[in-house]
Amino acid sequence: MDQFSVKVFIRLRPSVLDPAGEATKSASNKLGIEGIKSLRIGKMIEVKIESETENDVREKIDLLCDRLFANTVIEDYEYSIEKI
Amino acid sequence: MESFTVGIVVFPGSNCDRDVSWALEASLDIKTKYLWHEASDLGDVDAIVLPGGFSYGDYLRCGAIARFSPLINALHDFVKSGRRVLGICNGFQILTESGFLPGALVANKNLNFICDDVELDVISTKGGWLNTEHQEKGIKLPIAHGEGRYHCDQDTLKKLIDNELIAIRYRNNPNGSTFDIAGITNKQGNVFGLMPHPERACDETIGGTDGLYTLKALIIN
Repeated sequence: MDQFSVKVFIRLRPSVLDPAGEATKSASNKLGIEGIKSLRIGKMIEVKIESETENDVREKIDLLCDRLFANTVIEDYEYSIEKI
Repeated sequence: MESFTVGIVVFPGSNCDRDVSWALEASLDIKTKYLWHEASDLGDVDAIVLPGGFSYGDYLRCGAIARFSPLINALHDFVKSGRRVLGICNGFQILTESGFLPGALVANKNLNFICDDVELDVISTKGGWLNTEHQEKGIKLPIAHGEGRYHCDQDTLKKLIDNELIAIRYRNNPNGSTFDIAGITNKQGNVFGLMPHPERACDETIGGTDGLYTLKALIIN
């Protein structure tokens, strides 16, 4: 069995308004940082998982993302897998 | 015959379960029974209310963890059998997360937790949760939520409109909901989810009785 580290990024879909991102963008501007065109807030979930193969990990993470980590009505997800 | 019994689901973090029980028992003389979220036998209740609150601390997303409770699992057959389910506030969020109702509920546009009375237009009486008199006059119910902005894509919105599934709309949209939506039903009409709290509008002494009818509608067979 190998161990894998998975980083899952969950983002609100572009069509969904992100008021928390807008508020943070406004605060960033008050800090004097110029040029920010867009700021959106998402989530990152780190999973350490034991499995035979990377493909097997991929299957499990896909299921987790689709059924639990993200609500695909409002969110998109992507992830990276690293063997440790 | 056993008297009609409404099951009120209690999740860790539910906080409107007792209000619903009080409203049903004291205001309407309807028998209630609390159902712990780990229960999977729903055989002795005739209708179910998913009350407001913060099930499982609203971790991950509102209603996301509740979806995996044994009770929600059993709710699929309950709904298929035609029995009635009312999801209020967090209960509505659970119904969307679990796929009983389309769309999702996200953070209010102004990021505030809004606690207020709202005027609502009654659009559809599907399922008998509301009536034609409500359609003519509208109703007033309290809201109390931070994540009540109903969101759905345009295709879903069209289906909601075409199938008359939008039960209530805000007159002055407080949270940025798509199409001012405050509550919807499923196609069969036996599942109704709404952000406003009918159980908090069941007695004149606490500001109104516009919620009584919807709670009473739980016992329509």
